[in-house]
Amino acid sequence: MDPKTYKFDTISLHGGYMPSKNAGSRQVPIYQTTSYLFDDVDHAAALFNLEQGGHIYSRISNPTVQVLEERVAALEGGTAALATASGMSAIFLAIMTLCNTGDHVVVSSQLYGGTVNLFRLTLPKFGIKATFVKPRDTEGFKKAIQENTKCIFGELVGNPGNELMNMPEIVKIAHNAGIPVIIDSTYQTPYLFKPLEHGADIVVHSLTKWMAGHGSSMAGILVEGGKFDWLKTDKFPTMTEPYEGYHGLSFAEEFGPVAFTMKARAEGMRDMGPCLSPQNAWNVLQGIETLSVRMEKHCSNALKMVEYLSNHESVAWVSHASLKDNPDYELAKTLLPKGTGSMIAFGIKGGKEAGAAFIDNVKLASHLANVGDTRTLVIHPASATHSQMDEATLKLANMSHDMIRLSVGIEDIDDIINDFEDGFRAAKKPRLIANK
Amino acid sequence: MKFKVNSKEVFASTGGRPFDKNKPLIIFIHGSGLSHITWVLQTRYFAFHGYSVLAIDLPGHGYSEGPALESIEEQGNWIADVIDSVGMQEASLVGHSQGCLVVIECASQFPDKIKSIGLMGGAGAIPMNPELLDLAEKGDPKAVDLMMDWAHGPSGHFGGHPVPGLHHMNLGGSIVVNGSVKNALGVDFRACDNYKNGFEAAKKIKCPTLNILGDRDRMCPVKEGKKLADNIEGSQVEIIENCGHMILLEEAGKSLEILKKFIRKNHPTE
Repeated sequence: MDPKTYKFDTISLHGGYMPSKNAGSRQVPIYQTTSYLFDDVDHAAALFNLEQGGHIYSRISNPTVQVLEERVAALEGGTAALATASGMSAIFLAIMTLCNTGDHVVVSSQLYGGTVNLFRLTLPKFGIKATFVKPRDTEGFKKAIQENTKCIFGELVGNPGNELMNMPEIVKIAHNAGIPVIIDSTYQTPYLFKPLEHGADIVVHSLTKWMAGHGSSMAGILVEGGKFDWLKTDKFPTMTEPYEGYHGLSFAEEFGPVAFTMKARAEGMRDMGPCLSPQNAWNVLQGIETLSVRMEKHCSNALKMVEYLSNHESVAWVSHASLKDNPDYELAKTLLPKGTGSMIAFGIKGGKEAGAAFIDNVKLASHLANVGDTRTLVIHPASATHSQMDEATLKLANMSHDMIRLSVGIEDIDDIINDFEDGFRAAKKPRLIANK
Repeated sequence: MKFKVNSKEVFASTGGRPFDKNKPLIIFIHGSGLSHITWVLQTRYFAFHGYSVLAIDLPGHGYSEGPALESIEEQGNWIADVIDSVGMQEASLVGHSQGCLVVIECASQFPDKIKSIGLMGGAGAIPMNPELLDLAEKGDPKAVDLMMDWAHGPSGHFGGHPVPGLHHMNLGGSIVVNGSVKNALGVDFRACDNYKNGFEAAKKIKCPTLNILGDRDRMCPVKEGKKLADNIEGSQVEIIENCGHMILLEEAGKSLEILKKFIRKNHPTE
């Protein structure tokens, strides 16, 4: 006897949506509206006071966005989700929901450059400080926890160096210290890895990337695991103590396994407002419908590119956890059995100058500041995505000036390789090309 | 709020307003393995509209001290003790699933204490599937998956939670898993399976009674709910379409509207 609940590929197509509640529309409608009629004064008051569920204003919630939220919650195995305008706003919202001035977070040092700057430069302006720890330094995470630490934040596979953090062990460390773990799982998508199943408490995504795949729309989301007991300690007054903004509501007491999402929405979306447009939510939904088939192709292409790059005379090094000599190989086999993703970092012989020539001379691969597009993308992080980081931070992130970040697309692999050959050929004589 | 019943600590949500002895009391009683969280879309309304609300965690559930009570009869008696413990003379009771059995048992045993009763997804008997009962008693989380599957109607399986962003089955499952599958859900299922006094208890109930049923309920089907209602004098029956067993969440708005009218009429604030 087994439960007859829908599985991953079915949820990708149908999750969060019932045509019968939407005039029979087979496709999810785009509710392009700012606001929603109240039945009467009593109904309006009940909605505003969280006595009843429903939509008030599209900054707080929207029916199209709701479909996306429920679909991603279902795919991740979460109790609730809250979609945002971008991945960065999802991270900001997560931290602002948990932390007060004077609080501290422990953060993996290998993160998207924008996230590093958020923790390094912006959050300190709100009195929230971060300690960065190298992703492979599991014990370092434990040592960095302070009395006022409110969470550990990281990417399972760090951007851009591809180093893994031992998430299950770090979860144990965090939970022993009574704090939650937030994982940015943009690189993996729930197809490859579900952090909540490995003990994480909150997952954030930039849906702009693999989840959407088409590179047309900005979107982010946070997903709640529902297992963290906020009431177990007095560490989280923002979750447990009466909140003046809702007549003394204790989110943890009233909403339990969805307390975090309810607070992030009720307070964060109300006061900060990084809402996702219904059109972008719909665009992302189109991408999620094909998540499994795209991820399979991304991963198989990535493995072929790893092999190609590893054997190329112009390549100094390749970082991808599928390589047997990679320090994370065994951990990746355990945590990522369906594939280690389509992000590859490699060093080009000839350093920064050769890297620039390579990037300027590939034609099929697009040079831009995005990852997870269906098209192959390349960038030189030290001069672009991570350029606002100082030398010390770059070193902590284990980033070198010869590093090229490759997001492998789902084109025919032969075409990607042929394109790279052109790039490498040009990189051998960078000055000549530069002088043209 | 936390208070003591028979020297043991009990947690109850008060719906976001302080408990006030001067207001009429409604006690909400959750289903098997669940907790006060399931009532959040009913309790806040009543708490902000003139009632004192206690959405209790039964012993051994949520934040209430254990162990779980092993029979519906004990649980019915315990609800009467709750009313005494908070210094009230009477209360209206609202139950879901197993909570309905507790409500009818309590109302039949303590008619002077019970002003009116609301039953959501109730039946006079809730015999358990032997395999599900066995899994729950062994603490196997598969019991939770099966329970969530059977307990939810179409919107639970596809989506469309009344509160934007919430996921029906994962939320319900996490409430059970955050407790104890073996020591709460397993004990509850056994208590339901053992309880044979439902129809006799129903015949003794004289207070106004409301039955809210879901036409897609696979755990307590409509015909079983009606059978219970037929045994309670003057019982009101309301059926919600396309709704499974988790009426209080799947159709929170509709069920609240029905409950509001019923409680206001039969247990007014004035």
